[in-house]
Formats: sequence, C-alpha cells, structure tokens
Amino acid sequence: MKQQIIVSGIGGQGVLFLTRVIAQAAVNRGTPVLTSETHGMAQRGGTVLSTIKIGNFASPLVRTGQADIGLLLWEANLPVHQSLLRENGVWIINSPVAGSGSRIDAAQIARELGNPVLSNLVLLGLAVQQQALFCSAEECAEAIKQLAPKKFIEQNLEAFQKGMNG
Amino acid sequence: MKKQNQLLMGNEAIGQGLIEAGCQVATAYPGTPSTEILQAVIDRQGQAVEPLHVEWSVNEKIAFEVALAASYTGKRSAAVMKQVGLNVAADPFMRTAYIGVKGGMLTIVADDPGPHSSQNEQDTRLFCLQGRVPVIDPCSPAEAKELIQPAFELSEKYELNIVLRPTTRICHSRQNVSVREPIKLNRQADFQRDPTRWAATPAFLPALHRALNDNLEKVALEPDWQPRLTVGNGDYPRTALVASGIAYSNLIDLLAELQLTQAIDLYQVLMPYPLSPDFTRTLHKKYDRLLILEETYPVIELQLAHPGSKGKQNGMVPREGELTPDVMHQVLADFLDLAPPAETPTERRGQRPSLCPGCPHRAAFYSIKKCFPQGIFPSDIGCYTLGMNLGAVNTVHCMGACISQGAGFYQAYHQDEQDCPTIVVTIGDSTFFHAGIPALINAVIQQTRMIIVILDNATTAMTGGQPVPHMGIAAGNKKTKAVAIEPLVKASGVVFIETCDPYDSERFDALLKRADSYIRSPEGGVAVLISRHGCVMDPAVRKTQDSHLVTILDSCIGCEKCTGAFECPALYMDRENHVAVVDQDRCIGCGTCIPVCPVNAIVRETKP
Ligand code: SF4
Ligand code: SF4
Repeated sequence: MKQQIIVSGIGGQGVLFLTRVIAQAAVNRGTPVLTSETHGMAQRGGTVLSTIKIGNFASPLVRTGQADIGLLLWEANLPVHQSLLRENGVWIINSPVAGSGSRIDAAQIARELGNPVLSNLVLLGLAVQQQALFCSAEECAEAIKQLAPKKFIEQNLEAFQKGMNG
Repeated sequence: MKKQNQLLMGNEAIGQGLIEAGCQVATAYPGTPSTEILQAVIDRQGQAVEPLHVEWSVNEKIAFEVALAASYTGKRSAAVMKQVGLNVAADPFMRTAYIGVKGGMLTIVADDPGPHSSQNEQDTRLFCLQGRVPVIDPCSPAEAKELIQPAFELSEKYELNIVLRPTTRICHSRQNVSVREPIKLNRQADFQRDPTRWAATPAFLPALHRALNDNLEKVALEPDWQPRLTVGNGDYPRTALVASGIAYSNLIDLLAELQLTQAIDLYQVLMPYPLSPDFTRTLHKKYDRLLILEETYPVIELQLAHPGSKGKQNGMVPREGELTPDVMHQVLADFLDLAPPAETPTERRGQRPSLCPGCPHRAAFYSIKKCFPQGIFPSDIGCYTLGMNLGAVNTVHCMGACISQGAGFYQAYHQDEQDCPTIVVTIGDSTFFHAGIPALINAVIQQTRMIIVILDNATTAMTGGQPVPHMGIAAGNKKTKAVAIEPLVKASGVVFIETCDPYDSERFDALLKRADSYIRSPEGGVAVLISRHGCVMDPAVRKTQDSHLVTILDSCIGCEKCTGAFECPALYMDRENHVAVVDQDRCIGCGTCIPVCPVNAIVRETKP
C-alpha cells in the first residue's frame, strides 16, 4: 500500500504535530514512512508544508500532481499547494465557508474545546471519517496517545472525535 | 543487541547515531537546519553508557575547537553546525586537515539548498574539496545514522577529521529508523604530547601536507566508501546516472514513477570528496553519457571531468536552488529524451512569516522606525530579521555583521561632513555573544557614533529556544555561571548603557531620543540600549506577563497602521467594513498595539 499525503498550514497551527501523528500510525503498523517538514523562519506564521509518504518510497518529497490527499489547515494556502494534489485527489479543508473538497470549521470546534491549535486533530478526524487515509480511527487515536503530552491526551482525543463526527 | 524501530527526524537519527557510536564530547551552535542534532544528543544523554559532555558553544569556531581537543585525547567527538557556521569555524577547520585528529572526530555540517532558512546555499562538499577533508553525503535519515559509526572508524584509521553533510531534506525528514544500544569504548583521556604535530610550525607543515595527500589517496580507495552501482537492464547502453545525497532518493522515486527502475545504470556516490579514482576511470571507460545530480555545486562533476557528462556545468541541471523531484523530472526528460513533464504551474508564494503576536521585537522595531524615520538600520541573523516587515531592518548579512556594518556606514557618511542619518543597529542576545563583542570593541575604538539596540529576549528564539550565556543555564537545563550583557558592554568602553522593556513604548522612545542626542554630543560615541523582554514563545514568559482582552472600537478609521506599519499577525482588516479586527485565536493580549492607533480605537480590558 502506498499513499502520498500533504499537510498545509501556517506556522503555529500544529502542522508538525499532525504530521507526526500520521507518520506514527504508519510506524505502528510496521509500514515504511517518510516525511518532510518546514522548520526555521517560515514557522513564524509563514506558510508551511509537510509531506508524508507511506509505503515503499526513497524520498520524502511529493511531486506535482502526486499527492493522494491534502489536509489544509489554512485555506489561503489552497492556490499555493493545489498543484501538488493528483487528479481525483481529496482535499480536507479547515474552513467556515462552503466550497470545494471536504470542509469542516475545525477552528470553531477547536475554539469551543478551549484551544485553537486543536483544529489540526479535528481535521484529522474528518479525514479518517471520509476514509481518505491509509489508517483507521483506532490507529490514529493510538498515535495521538503516544505523542500528545499526558495532560492534553483527553482533549486531543476529543478534538479528533469531534472531527470524526463531522 | 536490542533493535527497535523508531520514527526519527534526520537530525534525531544523527544525534542517536552519535550516542550509539560512543561519542563523548558533542558541541554545537544552533542554526537551521542543524539545530535538532545536538538537541537529540541532549535528550538521549541518559542512554550514553560512558561520560558524555554536551555543550551549546558560544559560536561554531569554539564548538569545533572544543571537539577537536577532545579528540586529541583519544575520545570520539563531534562538532555540529549549519553550512554558514562552517565559515565561522573555517580557521581551525582548515588547519585540522593537516594536523589531523586522534579519537574519531566528525564535523556535521547541515547544508540548506534552496535556501530555506539561510543567507546562502553554499555547498559544504566544495568547502571540503578546498580544505582537503573527506565528506559523506547521506541520502536519508536512516543512512545518515548508519554511516556515523563507520565514519568514526574511518576518522580513526587515518587520523582525519571527517565531515558528514546532511541537507535540509535529510535533517527535517522523518523515517522509521532502527535504534541500537550504544557501544562501550572504555577510553581514558590520554593526550600524547607531540609539538611537531599539535603545534606544528611551518617547518613541519610540508611533511604533514604530504601525509594528508597520501591519506586522501587511500581514503578515496576505501572499499566501503566506493560509489554503489545498481546495474541497468541495457535499455540505455553506455549511459549512466550519478547522484548523491537526497537527489539520489528523489531519483529513485522518480524512476519508479516513470517505470524506469533498473532501466539504466545508476550510481550513488557516498563520499563526493575524495572521489575514488577507480570510479572515475570506470566511468570514463564504460560510458559515453552521464547525468550528474548533486546539491548544490558541481563537486562530483568537477572531479569526474567526463567529456560526456551533463550537469550543472553544461546547464542541463539548474545551477541554483533545490533539486526537487519536479526539477529532476524535467532534467531526466531532457537527458533521456522522455516525454516532457506536464507544465508545472508557476510557483505561488504563501503567507510570509512575521514576528509572533506580542513579540517584544515588534514593539522595539516600531519605536525605532517611529523615532528615526530616516535612520539607517543594519540588523542581523535571527527572528528579528523579520523586523524587515516593519521597515526597521535595512541590512542582514552574517552573524554579528550588523555592528561592524553600522560602523562602516558611520565612517562613510562622517567623512563627507554631512549630517549623518541616525544609525540604529539591532542585534539579538545570542548573536551578540556569538560574534558581536569584537565588533563592539572595534566600533568603540574607531570612535563610531551610533545606537546599538541589543534585542535581549533571553533565548535563541529562531532555532527553538537554546540557552544563552547570560541566563546561567547550559545544555539540558543544567545550572551554570551567568555572563551578563551590561558589564561586557561597559568593559568594551561604552558609556551610554540603558535597559528598557520595549512594551513600555513611552520610555523606550524617550531613551532612543536620549541616545540620539548622546551620539551627536561632543563626547558622544556608541550608545547601547538593551531591549529586554522574554520571548513570548516561552510559556514561562507568557505566564508572568499580563494578558488583556484587546478589542477594536467602532471608532476605527481603517487607517491600517496596526496591520501595516505595526504588522501584528493577530490583527487583520475587515475589508468590507474598513475596520481592523483582532483575531482572538492568535492575540496574546500584550497591548503593544494600543499606542499605535492614532484615534485610540484599540482598547483593553483586563482578563478575569
Ligand atoms: S494585543 Fe495587539 S499587539 Fe498584542 S498580540 Fe494582540 S493584537 Fe497583537
Ligand atoms: S490603527 Fe486604529 S484606526 Fe488604524 S486600522 Fe488599526 S485600529 Fe483602526
């Protein structure tokens, strides 16, 4: 099984954490995984992009038109990263307004949970509910438990669950 | 032996590799993309089976020299830096090639093709060719880790410093990596005095240089470090692909996608310098056409000097920027006469980065720009480079350059006897310790008149909060002696020294104006203003600082000063209603935007 995933957002939105959760789910099932991440200056509120390649790959980078699924935390990035998605690829988008792809107002849900950063896991929840990802809800929850700081595990799982409920 | 699979970032894999290989002294100065390597060593210090000293050194030259002397005692050591850090460490690095090492020594230098977070995209492999230092170019996080133990062995066999050169896409890539128990070397520090070597004067250097050249010839022929060949099926006779580093990995995936796996002879070059003469001979004999893919400069290509080679020299491969899979697709299509790739859409730029909401640097820059609209603003490397967005950063060059550049501006204007614009230099605390102090002394003794604002946020913020010398904390949160900034500035001969929290804009403005009068007075010289407020990324800082509910009243006239000139990312314009809005998800309630508004439309309530 092979899958190419991109996660797009701006610095401070938890793109890196979301990337790690998805990659960890692959490690847990013994599948090879490669990611690439944006660090440094761009993390100060600039556009950041992670790529995740599941299965037998050598390079972590995703080429134009090759991503199977895109998780978009910052809608304004859509024109920037649109071209990475393949034809019939799936966008899962954090947005309060209607439009292309599968959308959810993840920011609002996260706000209600008391932490705007949780929109990353809300979005993951929707991706799993749409069966767009290689992994199951249980596998994601397991990875979240492994990676989240202890005192935030419950809250993180709740955000994920809220996303699953759509 | 316990073997385990972990998801590790390239930098973590390298850090883990250092621990497993019995490295006993690891030093670094932080810099993207290398920073997490030493952090990974710190995080894993508990796993080390032998004593392990880890330090965030004050700069890369120091990091290199500390690791070097540790190797003289027979222990394994490593110095870690980014590519431009090697420029700072160049002096000891170049001589080390001749003098050599005892215990295995690795210099890990992370390059940044692109560049993503650097002031240039120089290629450490070319630096190594000039310095005559063997260099290893891994193609993945797992390979970077696997090569550390053999690299230490190679270093010990020939008593040479060896460079491991990962690039951003290795450093910041994650992969399942197998993890092992650290080896136990049982080495006691044992420095064998040998002045003809460790203190070699020119008389001894020709012999040392000869020995180096002999060793390099042998290193080039080491069987384990020869280029690796994947034989093709003959579809492309007398043609081969040669790649190294991440370009090799990109190529593997690209060939698979184009269903060309094993259609063509493919070489991975592990050690681009010194390049194996056997390899060069084979290539000249067996192939008429070669495509060479490497980042960032044509290091393999230059050494191969193959008449049929295509690469950066003949222009088939772009000479600048990353060799992304898209770029490589085009190159491969040109080389093999394949169908050209569908046109890649013109790259669009996303959101530009900016100083964080509530960042104390923003308040300082806003005051500086407001007080001296015509000022000249040399600045430096760090988060505060983003002061550019506020128009308060005119030059950024390399670590510490801002102070000397400020002095240079002064000398050039001053000799014209015209009214010199106020020169306001901004430098971060970590950068000040790294390379600012000699420049400050120089500015003072050359009778420069300028204002230096030391942006002291008590951390190395850009790279994720490494400790700085004046905080009294060393690697791994250990307590150490603190070296304060003020006495250092005073001892450098500065008379005007003031400290102020930039959140207090009224006082900050007043001090800037006083500093300006001082530098223009007969007895004036360098004025130093320490802008002191902790980095708001530090949760401890956030806990102690007041937070208000900041909102914008209907009286807002939509002048865009707070979103434009002040540029807090937690403020945006509601274009429909022509008013500014606070994004409560991002606002930290610092209140520094309040004095910016000309009509007092920004207001605060204290949060309960
Ligand atoms: S109070 Fe003003 S300056 Fe501070 S974070 Fe909020 S919007 Fe930005
Ligand atoms: S500075 Fe004041 S008036 Fe101008 S846009 Fe901001 S809130 Fe409105």
